[in-house]
Amino acid sequence: MALASTDTVIRTGRTSRFIIYTVLIVFCIYYLLPLYVMLVNSLKPLDEIRGGGMLSLPQEWTLAPWGSAWSTAQIGVEATGLRPYFLNSLLMVVPAVAISTMLGALNGYVLTKWRFRGDTIIFGLMLFGCFIPFQMVLIPMARMLGLMGLAGTVPGLIFVHLVYGIGFSTLYFRNYYAQFPDELVRAAMIDGAGFFRIFQRIMLPSSGPIAVVCIIWQFTNIWNDFLFGASFADFDSQPMTVALNNLVSSSTGVKEYNVHFAGAIMAALPTLLVYVVAGRFFVRGLMAGSVKG
Amino acid sequence: MEQSVPTRNKLGDKLADFLPKLVLSPSLAIVLIFVYGFIFFTFYLSFTDSRILPSFGLVGFENYDKLFRLRAWSIAVDNLFIFGGLYIVICCALGLMLAILLDQKIRSEGFIRTIYLYPMALSFIVTGTAWKWFLDPGIGLEAVVQSWGWTSFEFNWIKDRNMAIYTIVIAAVWQTSGFVMAMFLAGLRGIDNEVLKAAQIDGASNWALYRRIVIPQLRPAFMSAFVVLAHMAIKSYDLVIALTNGGPGRATELPATFMYSYTFTRNQMGIGAASATLMLMTIAAIIVPYLWSELREKK
Repeated sequence: MALASTDTVIRTGRTSRFIIYTVLIVFCIYYLLPLYVMLVNSLKPLDEIRGGGMLSLPQEWTLAPWGSAWSTAQIGVEATGLRPYFLNSLLMVVPAVAISTMLGALNGYVLTKWRFRGDTIIFGLMLFGCFIPFQMVLIPMARMLGLMGLAGTVPGLIFVHLVYGIGFSTLYFRNYYAQFPDELVRAAMIDGAGFFRIFQRIMLPSSGPIAVVCIIWQFTNIWNDFLFGASFADFDSQPMTVALNNLVSSSTGVKEYNVHFAGAIMAALPTLLVYVVAGRFFVRGLMAGSVKG
Repeated sequence: MEQSVPTRNKLGDKLADFLPKLVLSPSLAIVLIFVYGFIFFTFYLSFTDSRILPSFGLVGFENYDKLFRLRAWSIAVDNLFIFGGLYIVICCALGLMLAILLDQKIRSEGFIRTIYLYPMALSFIVTGTAWKWFLDPGIGLEAVVQSWGWTSFEFNWIKDRNMAIYTIVIAAVWQTSGFVMAMFLAGLRGIDNEVLKAAQIDGASNWALYRRIVIPQLRPAFMSAFVVLAHMAIKSYDLVIALTNGGPGRATELPATFMYSYTFTRNQMGIGAASATLMLMTIAAIIVPYLWSELREKK
């Protein structure tokens, strides 16, 4: 990405550099603080949190909150822990990401290399669909899922995420393929290669980076979604975010903050892991999804 | 724009020319039905007497009329202005400041950037959970500072009707300001250094360089940041649910939470549809001109 192109020519003196580093470090602490709070409090017994010790390290280290959040905590009416919901999220996210990425690649290919009258309008229509407030589709989608027999199921959620993921995946591949030389495609056509052959032999092999960007974006978005999960999932098909919210906001019994924090980290872990491993691509996706409409 | 498809004469080429459109058509159909068809459906419902289920008896503007008289709606709209305004301004100010500081040939810049940006990878439910307990006066910041000996310290915004909306701002800024920083940093790295060098030779101070030359050139980055943040503010739902669940009372209700509760728990679907329509129109007013200019530039 463009972040490494030119260094600034602005010069700074010693004192101002000291101030700059101090400010930057203070903000590092600010951004890390909630993660620290979640982590240390998920490893200590409940009474240590209640005594005003939220910022201190555990005096007695324990993994019990993690075990409880994973397999025995009360979610709604059943004491199943978050495990089944973690699985739901996985089952939902994998097919939705795979299909929307493949469709996005094909769409981007058509919209850049097989252009026709009105293709920009079609792309504009798809793009606007990325930004609509989803409140606008909740009511008809609930009915539609009912009609399709998918109401309250994981396949239903896959379908919803697929439908509203196409816009972004098309955006990524379209912008990427637009940079790809038309001459190569034209030469292949003259050699008699057809639509799918060109896609398979010429476009796909060079699509690695953008596929990673697209997969990461879709994975993060779909994993983190709450609105669709809360609206369309039944008790059995809830994704992780909805289950976590149920765990934290349940008003019955003792509030087990340490269990809540452990659960929150579990919900955050997959996307955090992706961010740590492939942060470069994550940032690229963010920028491509915003700076360039 | 040039046509990518060369003229060919072979038999069956008609079909081959049709193939790309055929490949695109399922996606187009999906978008037309599930985005635009559904938008129309909800728009239509906003003029009907739908309650617990969709119903098709037209009632004109009655739902909008009721909506504007509802106190819950005016609270939600006021909250959106407070939240959205502060959210956008603070994120931009913080993002710009951090970007400028990070642009001073900082050692381990990449590492710091990673730390500033990671909240963007988290779910708003996770963010909400962390801040909900951190801001809770019983166990969070207030209790911690009190346990350090400052016993009169008070920080109970999250329980205070007048202040709770600002806790949403705090958590939302935490989540997105690093992202805004990255947008400004990309803008800063694209600035031509020659003008700056010339101005430096003329003896301009760093402050003047930034104020007169650098920041004015960041206009496109400001535009993008504004569009992204404004549309996120209007859509904000998860964070409110996780952090305050709209409370205390209705103090942190936003249009998105209003729509959900009126449609699905209060069985006022017509009013819910009307509120969703207003949300869509607000977002469209921001997004459409932006997309229009972006798509036109590309040609």
